[in-house]
Amino acid sequence: MALFHTWISQKKAKALPSKSLIPNYQSLKMDNLTNYTLHLADNNLIFTQRNAEWCGHGPILEQDIAITNITLDLIGQSRNFYQYAAKLLGGEITEDTLAYNRNERSFKNCLLAEQPNGDWAQTVLKQFFYSSFQYFLYEEMKHSADDQLAAIASKSLKEVTYHVTWSSEWVIRLGDGTAESHTRMQHAITELWPYTGELFIPADYETEMINKKIAPNAIIIKDKWFRKIIEVFEEATLTVPENIFMQTGGKTGIHTEHLGYMLAELQYLQKTYPGAEW
Amino acid sequence: MVRSESNIINQKIWKLLEEVCDPEIPVLSVLDLGIVRDVITADDETEIVITPTYSGCPAMDAISMDIRFKLLEHGYKKIKITSVLSPAWTTEWMTEEGKLKLNKYGIAPPGKSAEVLPHCPQCGSADTKLLSQFGSTSCKALFQCNGCKEPFDQFKCH
Repeated sequence: MALFHTWISQKKAKALPSKSLIPNYQSLKMDNLTNYTLHLADNNLIFTQRNAEWCGHGPILEQDIAITNITLDLIGQSRNFYQYAAKLLGGEITEDTLAYNRNERSFKNCLLAEQPNGDWAQTVLKQFFYSSFQYFLYEEMKHSADDQLAAIASKSLKEVTYHVTWSSEWVIRLGDGTAESHTRMQHAITELWPYTGELFIPADYETEMINKKIAPNAIIIKDKWFRKIIEVFEEATLTVPENIFMQTGGKTGIHTEHLGYMLAELQYLQKTYPGAEW
Repeated sequence: MVRSESNIINQKIWKLLEEVCDPEIPVLSVLDLGIVRDVITADDETEIVITPTYSGCPAMDAISMDIRFKLLEHGYKKIKITSVLSPAWTTEWMTEEGKLKLNKYGIAPPGKSAEVLPHCPQCGSADTKLLSQFGSTSCKALFQCNGCKEPFDQFKCH
């Protein structure tokens, strides 16, 4: 951060008046399509920010490259959603102002996305839960009544197919590996399972989108997702926890304590030098 | 408004686009990649419609800029580059010539499906193995040849 600070000072970053660039997003009236599109964008952005922590720290070079490549696909998908949301909102709002200028309560990502990476087992399991969810979500969303969401889904589905293969293989390798890797994988399940329920509990804006055939039906996705999880877990000799309380709130802006710290880092530059560009 | 290759001006533009290359794989032109979907000319405006290979591919911004520069160089003034997502790009749109160029450059071209193992672009052996589905760029996977033992990239099927 200090480096950025010096660099920007040296470059004499052009600080633009912050008033026009930072609309008050909490008071901004958004329709439900915009809310839903932002939710999809935020999911990917926050997942990306977490995964990026592995950049240069992966267990071996090929896996470091794999997780960062997946991350690159996800940031591309989030840009597509943010660009669409910015178009729906109009005015001076851009994909960048949506990512950098909103606060924690305005973010609508699922709690799963913001959970810490933990060890490699936790990271690949989180990826597996999310990629499998995205796969079935996009597969349905290809037929959305909204043309742009349908287009983004068709495009993203091809990328996510690779993510599902990669993360399933890791879950199987670690689950059906050594006693140590199995224990770590089962521990990862205990840690992350409570955040999976939210993926299939629609927020109010989402319910309206489901009714309008813009968003896919959460029950259909849940069913397909669960079957996929069971299939992979069986091969990986892992078990699904029972009677677990599911955490919710992310979709409506009520987050775990982790998101604030992530945004502090992600948005540091734009918060310190509003409108800085190079 | 004139679309596609239906008049001389548009044909000239298509010809110019042959000279715009992928910044990561300089042997391939944007036409070889199959990312130019349309050329539309109306009065003084030229619109180039492109589609991204991968959602997050950083080369797309560079490609848009290179197309703009190429057209400016040749006297076109009002240029609009539009990116469309649908229908989604597929490696099937890559030209046969592009695939040959890729192989010569040392990158195995995309196959019919992700399950088909590529031949080694170095020695031609069919005995190869996948090291990782993710390679040095979004569009590539990493392989190794069991014949000559050399590692190589494949432009993955998409």
